[in-house]
Amino acid sequence: MINWANFISQMFNGLVLGALLALISSGLTIIYGTLGVLNLAHGAMFMLGGYAGYVAFTYTHSFIIAIIVGSLFVMVVGVLIERVIIRHFYGRPDEDQLLVTFGISICLVELVRFTFGSQSLTVPPPSIFAGITSLGFMYYPTYRLALVGIVAVALLALFLVLYRTRIGMIVRAGIEDSVMVASLGINVYRVFAVVFGIGAMAAGFAGIVNAPVVSLTPDMGEAILVQTFVVVVIGGVGSFPGAILGGLIAGEIISITSMINPGYAYVMLFAAMTLVLVLRPHGLLGTQSRA
Amino acid sequence: MEKRSMGEHEYKAGVSRRSLLQASAGLVGGALLPAGLTMPAFAADHPAIGTYPAGSSGSTVFIGASVPRTGTYAVQGEDELKGYQLAVEHINEGHELIKKISPKTKKGVLGKELKLLVADSAAKPNEAVQAQQRFITENKVMMITGGTSSAVAVALNKLAQREKVLFVCGISGSNDTTGKDCVRYGVRQNFFGQTAAAAIAPVMIKQFGQNKKAAYMTPDYTYGHTVTKSMQDALAKAGWTTVTNQVSPLGAPDYSSYLLNIANSGADVLINVNWGHDAVLSIQQAKQFGVLDKMKLVVPYQVPFLARETGGLMEGVYAATEYWWTVEDKYPLAKMFNDTFEKKFGYKPEWGAENAYISFAHWARMVEEAGSFYPPDVIKTYEKGETIPSLMGDVHYRPEDHQCVRPVIIVKGKKAADMKNKEDFYDIVEIIPGEGLMQKPDAFGCKLGDYT
Repeated sequence: MINWANFISQMFNGLVLGALLALISSGLTIIYGTLGVLNLAHGAMFMLGGYAGYVAFTYTHSFIIAIIVGSLFVMVVGVLIERVIIRHFYGRPDEDQLLVTFGISICLVELVRFTFGSQSLTVPPPSIFAGITSLGFMYYPTYRLALVGIVAVALLALFLVLYRTRIGMIVRAGIEDSVMVASLGINVYRVFAVVFGIGAMAAGFAGIVNAPVVSLTPDMGEAILVQTFVVVVIGGVGSFPGAILGGLIAGEIISITSMINPGYAYVMLFAAMTLVLVLRPHGLLGTQSRA
Repeated sequence: MEKRSMGEHEYKAGVSRRSLLQASAGLVGGALLPAGLTMPAFAADHPAIGTYPAGSSGSTVFIGASVPRTGTYAVQGEDELKGYQLAVEHINEGHELIKKISPKTKKGVLGKELKLLVADSAAKPNEAVQAQQRFITENKVMMITGGTSSAVAVALNKLAQREKVLFVCGISGSNDTTGKDCVRYGVRQNFFGQTAAAAIAPVMIKQFGQNKKAAYMTPDYTYGHTVTKSMQDALAKAGWTTVTNQVSPLGAPDYSSYLLNIANSGADVLINVNWGHDAVLSIQQAKQFGVLDKMKLVVPYQVPFLARETGGLMEGVYAATEYWWTVEDKYPLAKMFNDTFEKKFGYKPEWGAENAYISFAHWARMVEEAGSFYPPDVIKTYEKGETIPSLMGDVHYRPEDHQCVRPVIIVKGKKAADMKNKEDFYDIVEIIPGEGLMQKPDAFGCKLGDYT
């Protein structure tokens, strides 16, 4: 299907896919950048946001409340997990951190499966965003258009927190050099719980705003987690702007490749990651300190 | 030297004491047994092969099941598992329904209680093979089962042939399972790509006409490729062409790029070969992208629970399937199955459960008829190709490729207003006998391999 109309459609679709990946990845990358913990439960947080939003929506029929409840719930879960489990692993080897976050992920997924079953659940889009919009060159689901705006606002909010607040300054400084931050008298460990909560909330928020686009299943975080890692590696581990750039690149690769040969969409994504790792091991916008 | 000879002596003495005890126990035991029970037909008659006779020498016999309980096919795997559980329960208690399918069954299989061992395959071949290898080595399972992913079925076929343990296939739609990847030690009850295509293509041509343009959505593994190929071949006869074939990985998180290609393809009909949650998500997103308003949707290998999960999107959609519960109006055994299943699990069984149940019932029948668990004898009983009952009338297994010749059902999604109860999702358009749908036994390159 290679023609101009389809090319523009796929470019646009890549932007939408990429925006969502950027949001989820930014959560993963700030957690890793600050805490040094590669959080394999990040996909589960994305899934948990979707389910928490689903429950809130079922009771209130309000999408706004679903977004708020979904995000806050995942933030609280994130903070609890950091305080109860993760904080004991800061001084331990990387593989221990991977194992514990992987274990948390399995527990969360199976808990959701136990509660809701494996059959998929759906959350309808808000009625003002229901239906299809004609963009001239193509028809596109209205909610997916709105999603670009919603995600852009969320990313902007995250940007403001990271770049315009004191805690954001500590987080960014921590990503660059946490030893130096600690030696300046700042208790970085106290900040860690907040960072983990914000990172988890980004995934949870993405989970609920994405719910009307997909259907919820307990395993939904798994595939997203893999893509998120690719995004973070491409963009640069620990880099917030890198996560956004990586997300958009990944979205475009999937969309454009699928126009030429759908069977290679995900192959190309990994090929791109390999290329970045060979040419720029720290990612496109990554710094050397963490990577 | 002296020490060693003493050791040898002690060893010899030990052996003779043990032999004496064994011989005495054997004599006493033999005297206590009634004459009729002393010579059951096994062990002595046959050489050891696979897990035989070790797996059938006690009072229980293990079966290893690897079904997807997580991942894209988890919902279907759970349904399948329930079918297995009910079959084992019925076989062990000598339930009336089992006796109608396997008249020689009393309680258990050849008087031995069945025990089901379950592992999660996550629809991944390596996980299924690892689990079954463990069941074979540690539990000496006499039969393995699983599927829901033809990739798993094909892998278990190979394991079964290598280990000489019978594989009774779970859900598997690929032509390869009893085609180029068929084995002597594998049998399949359910319908597959070729029969699905042969059944639904004439209905599509009748409904939509000749020379139509079709877009396909195909999962990227043996099931998807063979079903799509069978559909293309069957429809080509009426001048249908393929304008696009969107191949996607199993468990793709989003179908938007594929659907944009389809929306821009100018197709008249969307043939969605995706299965499990992939089918649910791709159909829901096809609706979001307006694709279902532009073209007709057809599902050639209908997914259990699809209508429940897509919330009204199957309305008016044609699909080929193995079993739909309303066949109970025509088949009394289906009615018995539905009633007992619903009583136990609280919903109408779908075809994963049906295939699981009837596959086990057929296996129990074959073992009873063979009078032995000795695998070559059981396989040869299947290969007699006798007409036997199923939940949907009489069927038989082809000796050449071990594929069951059974009917295919064409259904059409009902409007919500026409549904008589909450599970009344489909109208049965037609029940097509299996004979006319099958390819020639060697058409897909089946070579069964050795018995021993």
